Amino acid sequence: MKYYDKLIFELSKEGRCGYSLPDNMWEENTGSIPSGLRRTSVPRLPQVSEVDVVRHYTNLSDMNFGVDTGFYPLGSCTMKYNPKINEEIAGTAGFQGIHPLQPRSTVQGVMKLYNDLSASLSAITGMAAFTLNPFAGAHGELTGLMIMRRYHICRGDLKRTRVIVPDSAHGTNPASATVCGLEVVQVNSLPDGTIDVDHLKTLLDDTVAGIMMTNPNTLGLFETRIGEIADLVHGCGGLLYYDGANMNPLLGVVRPGDMGFDIMHLNLHKTFSTPHGGGGPGAGPVGVAERLRQYLPLPRMDGEEPEENAGRISGFMGNFGVLLKAYAYILMLGRQNIRMAGPLATLNANYVKESLKDCYMLPVPSVCKHEFVFDGLADQSTGVTTLDVAKRLLDYGFHAPTVYFPLLFHQSIMIEPTETESKETLDAFIDVMRKIAGEAAEDPDLVKSAPHNTPVRRPDETAAARHPVIRFQY
Amino acid sequence: MAFAYFPHTPDDIRQMLQRSGVSSIEELYSDVPEKFRFKGEYDLPDAMSEEEVRRYFTHLDSLNTRLTVFCGAGAYDHYSPAAVKYIISRSEFLTAYTPYQAEISQGTLRYIFEFQSMVCELTGMDCANASMYDGPTSAAEAMLMSVASVRKRRKVLISSSLLPNVIDVVRTYTGYHGVQTDTIEISDGVTSLEDLKRKLSGNDVAGVLVPGINRYGIIEDLEGFADAVHSAGALMAVYSDPSSLAVLKTPGEWGADIACGDGQTLGIPLCFGGPYVGFLACRKDLMRKLPGRIVGATEDLDGKRSFVLTLQAREQHIRREKATSNICSNQSLMALYVTVYLSLMGPEGLKKVNDLSYGGAHYLHRKLLETGKFSVVFDKPFLKEFVLATDIDVPYLQKVLADAGFFGALQTEEGYVSFCVTERRTREEIDALVAVVNDVIQK
Repeated sequence: MKYYDKLIFELSKEGRCGYSLPDNMWEENTGSIPSGLRRTSVPRLPQVSEVDVVRHYTNLSDMNFGVDTGFYPLGSCTMKYNPKINEEIAGTAGFQGIHPLQPRSTVQGVMKLYNDLSASLSAITGMAAFTLNPFAGAHGELTGLMIMRRYHICRGDLKRTRVIVPDSAHGTNPASATVCGLEVVQVNSLPDGTIDVDHLKTLLDDTVAGIMMTNPNTLGLFETRIGEIADLVHGCGGLLYYDGANMNPLLGVVRPGDMGFDIMHLNLHKTFSTPHGGGGPGAGPVGVAERLRQYLPLPRMDGEEPEENAGRISGFMGNFGVLLKAYAYILMLGRQNIRMAGPLATLNANYVKESLKDCYMLPVPSVCKHEFVFDGLADQSTGVTTLDVAKRLLDYGFHAPTVYFPLLFHQSIMIEPTETESKETLDAFIDVMRKIAGEAAEDPDLVKSAPHNTPVRRPDETAAARHPVIRFQY
Repeated sequence: MAFAYFPHTPDDIRQMLQRSGVSSIEELYSDVPEKFRFKGEYDLPDAMSEEEVRRYFTHLDSLNTRLTVFCGAGAYDHYSPAAVKYIISRSEFLTAYTPYQAEISQGTLRYIFEFQSMVCELTGMDCANASMYDGPTSAAEAMLMSVASVRKRRKVLISSSLLPNVIDVVRTYTGYHGVQTDTIEISDGVTSLEDLKRKLSGNDVAGVLVPGINRYGIIEDLEGFADAVHSAGALMAVYSDPSSLAVLKTPGEWGADIACGDGQTLGIPLCFGGPYVGFLACRKDLMRKLPGRIVGATEDLDGKRSFVLTLQAREQHIRREKATSNICSNQSLMALYVTVYLSLMGPEGLKKVNDLSYGGAHYLHRKLLETGKFSVVFDKPFLKEFVLATDIDVPYLQKVLADAGFFGALQTEEGYVSFCVTERRTREEIDALVAVVNDVIQK
């Protein structure tokens, strides 16, 4: 990666352009619009030629790290390889040119995709029905909670406005609950990171709408008492929401529907291999148990609008382009290969954990699933922090793990190596992690001043927040 | 048998199990209660080869009918320069995560900074975020943002002239959030300023949402709106087609506090409704109420200009249940799409897109009126989309047009017929569509 300092605005020169449009063949143009409705200034967009644009963004791309660049052990993010057939399929001109409001008779292929993909997701998760409309995981959470609330409201059970969220949950869980108008109640974790069922019991009453859970949880641990938790929550009239962010290790092994979950979302950009795109577009389909089918949001694949529907949560029917990619992946996996997806992810995580636990502090030493958490270096006397380790990894050509999350530990390093990574890749990562632990002991300043080989080094975030410059200054 | 996405050889697995201290992969799941392990056969298709996958999707494609698009209603068939798709396909952009590690994400961070800057320039606002899911959700967030910014008021007003799907999504979000939503009446095809003033008189409204171009394609004259809204202590948001803002008065010029809308009009393919990209921009004093990611400029240890995610204290991963929004992912790659598009088009190209769309739409408008079977409903200025009244059965007309290869004649909720023309439509295509309409009339 080499540093490149330009912004597109700085390449602008009046009179240049990068487009090619036909000459105006019409009698009228926007000059006929009443002047009171027209803007008075010309927008200061860049004026650049096509080659300027292509070189600029190619240079920018050279300062970026992606899954295609190297290993991305980012916990709870499931950065698996993004197969190229997915891109080829989604780029098909026929799919790109379909208007979302075209008559149904002209979009039968689209309808078949929605139908086939939903059916596959149901088979994989054990949920009865899906909406493919939500645009992302957090959007799926919000949609799922809307379904939960609508269910209680339609039953006249209006006082159920509290939702239980574990203290180790992803930040989107409590945030989604608040946006949905629910009050968040935190349930404690035991020292091993699983839900404190005794504490849960004290929270359950007739004001509880439901509980949001990941399983495995953010420490990568399977909640072995899930059956009991489901009985307790159902027993008090609440619903169970499954946050699918950690679904990957269960792929081919366990179905959330069988564990008693009533509502769930999947992150197709995690578990189903669609690329993250630097932070979207993703897709967050929401699945429900049979008795919640009528609460799914509009517009629906069946074209129906049951009175109980949770409302409309998207302009049209979700990120169709992303759905195409996910289904291509499912077809490649098929019923045969899916059996190994979760187990190989779990094997990779345990292999890395066991290979590093003498150098890094492992607070919960049991078998993990897709990910695990270290609480910093085993030797904490060097003053080298988790942030330093993360930055030093960049020097060695790896993306950093998720750091300082979950909040249960002070120096969290959360590592998730997905099933698409080979033993050689993991060995190289293990070697570097061990080397950094050695550097921390022998030459701590080297690690504390890392990274040394990246285009920029520890940009000043405090200054950025104190004096925000968030647009180009002409 | 080996599978392309799993690199593990049997020997690898054996060695890795050994290091992990277990004798089999099943043992890694020994903590999962037996009854929760799925023993059945997954009801999925057999694994396919790439060629078989291609065949499946070729078949799927063949089940759709390709139509020449003459409708809008929130999704518009605009031209996209070849270089855009080329850039967004680069895997350094496509396969990257959210740019938390700034040192190896300067590419993503820089284009988001450019995107924010361009959104500000088009909307006339001071600051913008890194993008939203789509237009309707950006409108919903704009309303929640106004409620969060105006103390002790939990009511918003939205114009009935907004696109129906925008109204529905705003109502969904605000409804669950415990925010009352009232609509502003339409008068002669546009948002009624009188009705707005009436509904503001209780001084209990936090935010008002009105369209720049409305559901009938009419360019709304928002003169006097901001004064009315501000004197009632509320915030004004304008829902805009960002492409049109190359020529039309900006939300900033109308005195808006917040601008929102869908960036799809900036060359993003129709793709059955997504992925698109929402945008959200505001005045400077509301910056800390903006939801979602924001990128800011700073310097690194060596004094080099650098970019980072900033003002993160607003966000869900820090604030949890106190966050201003639950948004986590946005539509980053689509923000890159828009940024590259706007770089290539520049101010002149974007103006030309509007001129061509305007010319074509007014040509079709005239041709349809000349048939004698359509009449003007609202005599108001429009850009590329318009509605007419007609005696012709609209669903039937739409069907005949579809049989002839056109997507046109969308029926509105009010029973009008809606058409849209972008710069991609040629005179020959418009004449051919009108010929089909004439055939229908003569039958």
